[in-house]
Amino acid sequence: MGRYLIRRILYMLVVILVVSFITFSLMHAVPGGPFDKEKKLPAEIIANLEKRYHLDQPLWKQYLSYLNDVFVPQFASEGPKGLVVDDDFLINIKITNSFWIRWMNFGPTFTSRSRSVNDIFRQNLPISVQLGLMALMIAIVIGVPLGIISALKQNTVWDYLGMSVAIFGVSVPVIVLGPLMIWIFGVTLKWLPPTGWGSKPPYFLGVFPTNLSWDYWRTAIMPSVALGLGSSAILARLTRASLLQVIREDYIRTARAKGVKERMVITRHALKNSLIPVVTILGPMMAGLVTGTFVTELTFGIPGMGKYFVTSITNRDYPVIMGTILLYAVFLVIANLLVDIMYAYLDPRIRYD
Amino acid sequence: MAELLNVRGLETQFRTREGLVHAVNGVDFSLKEGETLGIVGESGCGKSVTVMSMLRLIPSPPGKVVAGQAFYQGKDLLKMSDEEIRHIRGSQISMIFQDPMTSFNPVLTIGRQVAEPLEIHQGMNRKQAYERVTEMLELVGIPKAKDRLGDYPHQFSGGMRQRVMIAMSLVCNPSILIADEPTTALDVTIQAQIIELAKELRDKLGMAMIWITHDLGVIAGLADRMAVMYGGLIIETAPVKSLYATPSHPYTLGLINSLPRLDMDQYHRLESIDGLPPILMEKPVSCPFAPRCTFVRERCLQENPPLLESAPDHYTACWVDPATGRDRS
Ligand SMILES: Nc1ncnc2c1ncn2[C@@H]1O[C@H](COP(=O)(O)OP(=O)(O)OP(=O)(O)O)[C@@H](O)[C@H]1O
Ligand SMILES: [Mg+2]
Repeated sequence: MGRYLIRRILYMLVVILVVSFITFSLMHAVPGGPFDKEKKLPAEIIANLEKRYHLDQPLWKQYLSYLNDVFVPQFASEGPKGLVVDDDFLINIKITNSFWIRWMNFGPTFTSRSRSVNDIFRQNLPISVQLGLMALMIAIVIGVPLGIISALKQNTVWDYLGMSVAIFGVSVPVIVLGPLMIWIFGVTLKWLPPTGWGSKPPYFLGVFPTNLSWDYWRTAIMPSVALGLGSSAILARLTRASLLQVIREDYIRTARAKGVKERMVITRHALKNSLIPVVTILGPMMAGLVTGTFVTELTFGIPGMGKYFVTSITNRDYPVIMGTILLYAVFLVIANLLVDIMYAYLDPRIRYD
Repeated sequence: MAELLNVRGLETQFRTREGLVHAVNGVDFSLKEGETLGIVGESGCGKSVTVMSMLRLIPSPPGKVVAGQAFYQGKDLLKMSDEEIRHIRGSQISMIFQDPMTSFNPVLTIGRQVAEPLEIHQGMNRKQAYERVTEMLELVGIPKAKDRLGDYPHQFSGGMRQRVMIAMSLVCNPSILIADEPTTALDVTIQAQIIELAKELRDKLGMAMIWITHDLGVIAGLADRMAVMYGGLIIETAPVKSLYATPSHPYTLGLINSLPRLDMDQYHRLESIDGLPPILMEKPVSCPFAPRCTFVRERCLQENPPLLESAPDHYTACWVDPATGRDRS
């Protein structure tokens, strides 16, 4: 297992490098640049701006210097003005008081002079990740039990009810569900805050909220449900199909022939087997949810990452595009690794070595 | 010896998209203590459905036992409560299945699966159960049994898995073991070993067995009595010697003639039975074998022959005696 993990991590680095290369190439292959505005800027100003952000250099040079900024750890010792640690680099590790290892400088943003990409990562990205993960939780907590009930009560009212909820879930988009929820629970009933997000830095591991309060959950519940409902429907249908399939397997008949109680036939013999295919789609699903928060954030007025991610592309804000895609890629690769580990845990036929 | 199991008029049907499948159409048989009954017949004739109906393991829907009784120690298995039959399954009547690969749960260890009947029926804890499981696995010839309790089914070969399956079925000392084609999925040398093992265990433990197969050659050395099924009916049943020596139903005769024999010369062609097995979409009113039978008469197409004693302890369902070619009186 240890060797497997090391191999996976190395492989992860390769994936990230490839992703960075493809993103960089595509980004520059698209016509237009960051300073092409509706009102054309004078040529000298553009030249100056490009010089300031090193866009006048050959592409390969830009790429290599980007890689250097992001991937190569830098060392810092105290300068004349003291050490300013949490500005340029996302990760700052203190070795001694005056010696720091600093890593991942994602550079400036072209659209806002006062904010760097790291600022976005520190303040907005965690919110999106939290939203995505909570939506995944919601998807699992609603979807899997719904699927199990539907399968066990196949072709009864419960089954039809469960699957209707599931069809509703996949077919109603966030853009309809979100405002509807805000109107019902936020405005009319006033049960939940209609907009916003209740977490602030500092974040644990740069992502998870440290100041959890009742209000945090109350704010989070509507957007998470709005975002996660579609996925919960997918999980419900998959769980149902998988459990129905497993119940017909020979080993279930064997269990019954041994005199196992019907309840134990399901819990001990069927469930674990039926969750194997469900777990495999959790990786891609988590990816979709975490990176697909844009509309939900817009609907619920959540200061997440989505806005920056989407506008950075139309604005050709190269550092934001690169940084976001790279971080998302890291996130996805880790998600897939976790899924594979879980997979091996569920299915003894799979062993990594 | 005392009668252990008595099945009367068993009928099972499946409701499918194409219509009602009459899988078993009134089967009678009985089993004495310590006796081995071999059930033979071609694929789809209702062998599995017969025994699964007895243990109420038919998936419902689509299946349903529509008629019959199955008395085990004086109680009707088909009428008792779900709890009662559950306590009989795996402890007094247990079953082994055809495919040892798919019949084990892939995500549970062998130890846990074999121990399960003990935990359910004898209330043993894991530790006690594992001791007994180890003994049992040793008995069926699993080397280093104790070290293999934590292994998963995929870590065993097919033959070993079937041995484990046998251990699992016998772990509670059942009085009846039902084996549904337990060797069909194994290669020939392993088949012989498994049959040898079954014989050995039967002699040691003294349980009765129902051994389902479509291989007449294999069953001859194992069974005391044989039942031949066709189209959801038993068409001939007799002690094993009598059945092989004087097969009295044209279908049985055909089956036996299709076996290769040592005393045949090498140019002798094996006989085959022409035609296809019956489609069980309706309950047979005529003899189900009639369309393929070389002895067929008018009466066969009008009346389904009942299972009658054609010789002492030898029962046949046929209007004709294939030995003489004349009608039975
Ligand atoms: N779950 C089911 N649904 C519908 N029909 C079924 C089902 N199980 C069995 N049958 C039908 O019942 C009939 C008897 O099947 P059964 O499995 O008893 O045959 P068998 O004699 O055991 O054959 P084999 O040697 O292939 O195991 C078949 O015609 C089959 O189509
Ligand atoms: Mg069968």
